[in-house]
Amino acid sequence: MSALVVRALGGPCLVTDAGRAGLAGVGVGRSGAADRASYGLANRLLGNEPGAAALEVVLGGLEVEAVGTCWVSVTGAPVAVDRGGRAEPTGAVLALRAGQRLRLGSPASGLRSYLAVRGGLDVAAVLGSAAHDTLSGLGPAPVGVGDRLAVGPVPGGAMLVDAVPPAAYDDVPVLRVVPGPRADWVRDAGALVRGPWRVAPESDRIGVRLAGPAFEAVPGRGELPSEGALRGAVQIPPDGRPVVFGPDHPVTGGYPVIGVVLDADVDRLAQVRPGDEVRFRWA
Amino acid sequence: MSVRVLPYGDRGLLLEVADTAAVLACVDALRAGGGRLEELVEDLVPGARTVLLVARSGIDPERLRSLVPALLSGAGLGAEPGPPPGPAPPEVEIPVRYDGADLAEVAALTGLDEAGVVAAHTGAAWRVAFGGFAPGFAYLVGGDPRLRVPRRATPRTAVPAGSVGLAGEFSGVYPRSSPGGWQLIGRTDLTLWDADREPPALLLPGAVVRFREAGR
Repeated sequence: MSALVVRALGGPCLVTDAGRAGLAGVGVGRSGAADRASYGLANRLLGNEPGAAALEVVLGGLEVEAVGTCWVSVTGAPVAVDRGGRAEPTGAVLALRAGQRLRLGSPASGLRSYLAVRGGLDVAAVLGSAAHDTLSGLGPAPVGVGDRLAVGPVPGGAMLVDAVPPAAYDDVPVLRVVPGPRADWVRDAGALVRGPWRVAPESDRIGVRLAGPAFEAVPGRGELPSEGALRGAVQIPPDGRPVVFGPDHPVTGGYPVIGVVLDADVDRLAQVRPGDEVRFRWA
Repeated sequence: MSVRVLPYGDRGLLLEVADTAAVLACVDALRAGGGRLEELVEDLVPGARTVLLVARSGIDPERLRSLVPALLSGAGLGAEPGPPPGPAPPEVEIPVRYDGADLAEVAALTGLDEAGVVAAHTGAAWRVAFGGFAPGFAYLVGGDPRLRVPRRATPRTAVPAGSVGLAGEFSGVYPRSSPGGWQLIGRTDLTLWDADREPPALLLPGAVVRFREAGR
C-alpha cells in the first residue's frame, strides 16, 4: 500500500478533513480544515471524495517521501514546491514516484497550505472525522517527523484538470460581519468596522486575536451566561481585545459576541499571519 | 415564557429565553419536531439562557426564523412547563464518594453541614441543560437551590477526572483532568466520556441525573 513518510517539518502540521458536525450538544466542536475552500480544492483536483483526510501545514517546511506512487496536490498558501529537485506550482496535480520527495518552502503569502493525496490519508477517524482538534485533543496527534501516513484506496473520481491558478493572499481582507447577537454589550460596536486591525501573534486555530483600540463594556450588564458559539463569532473578552473564533473554537462561551463573520469569509481569516491587517464591514 | 430571536451571522439564530428551565423546554420541543428540524438544522447548541440553531448549508437563517414559532409550538410557551413532549429523557445514576476538597467550604457557604450538602445533592433529580466546557462535560440544573455557591476565587490548575463540582446554579462532573474553578464535593468512578463508545458522552442533553452516595 502506498504511503507518505514525513521527513521534515516546519510549522505545525495536522491531519484534517471536513470536521465533526452536529456534536456541539455534547461539547465537541466542528474543527476540520481552517481554509475549507483550499482543502476542498486539493481533494477535487485529485478526484477524491469530499471529506478525504489531508494535511494542513502552517508556513510550509514539510517534506514527505512517497512509498509507492502517490498523486498529490498542494493548495492554499502558495508555497514553493520542490518535487525531487524540480520546482512545481501549487494548485497542480503531481505524481510522486516511489522514493521521490516533495518539499514545501515558505509561502509567498498566506499561512496554511494543504497537501492532499489521491485516495486520501488512511487515518483512524474519531467521531466520524480524522481532524485533529487543538482545543479538545480529539483526533490523531499532530504529525511528527518519521510518521508514516498510509494512503487510502484509489477513489472512483477522475483527475480532470492538471492545474488551477495558485492562490494569493497579499491584499488586506475586508470581512463581512452580521452585527449581533450582543453588539449592545459594548459601548461602540461600530469601532469594529472603522479601524484596520492587526493580527496578534497569539492567534491560532481556536481564534484570531486582533490588536487595536480596546472595546469598552457597557457597565452594569454583569456576566453573560454561557451561550453557543460559531466559527466567525467576534467575541469581546474582559480586556476588550476582539477574538474571531476559528475552527477549533469552544462550543459555548461566556463573553459577548458583537458580530459574526459571514461563513463565506471565514476561510480568508485562516490565511492571515501575525502582523497582517484585516478590516471588517457590516453585511 | 417568551422567546427572543437574535441574529448569529448567516448560519445561525440565537433563541433567548428567561432561564435554564425554559432552555430545556425549548430543546425538548425542538427535538420533538424530529425530521422537520433535522432538515433545516445541522446543530443545536443549548446555553444557560439560549439555544443556538445552526442552519444546514444552503438553508437561509431567515427561513429558519420564520419557522421558529411552529418549531416551538410544543414547548408549552406561555403555559406552565409540563412534562417534555416525546419520549421520556434517559436517566443516569452517578455513584459519588463525597470526599471533595471543597466539601467543608461548601458546607460553610451554604450553612448546611457536610451531611446536609450530600443529602441536598443526592435528594433532587438534576437535568443536563447544556455542554461545552470539554467533550462530555454537562451543566446540570434543577437541583436543590440551597447548593448555589460561587466558583472558587482561584481556579485549580488540575482537577482530576470524575470530580463532582458545584458552581452557581450548576452541578457537573469533570470528564477528564483539566483546569477548573468549581467547588469540588466528591468523585465518581464512572467514565463520563469515551470517544470509542456509542454514544461517547454518558450525560446526553436533556438526560435526568441522580447522584447516589457511595461512601465518604
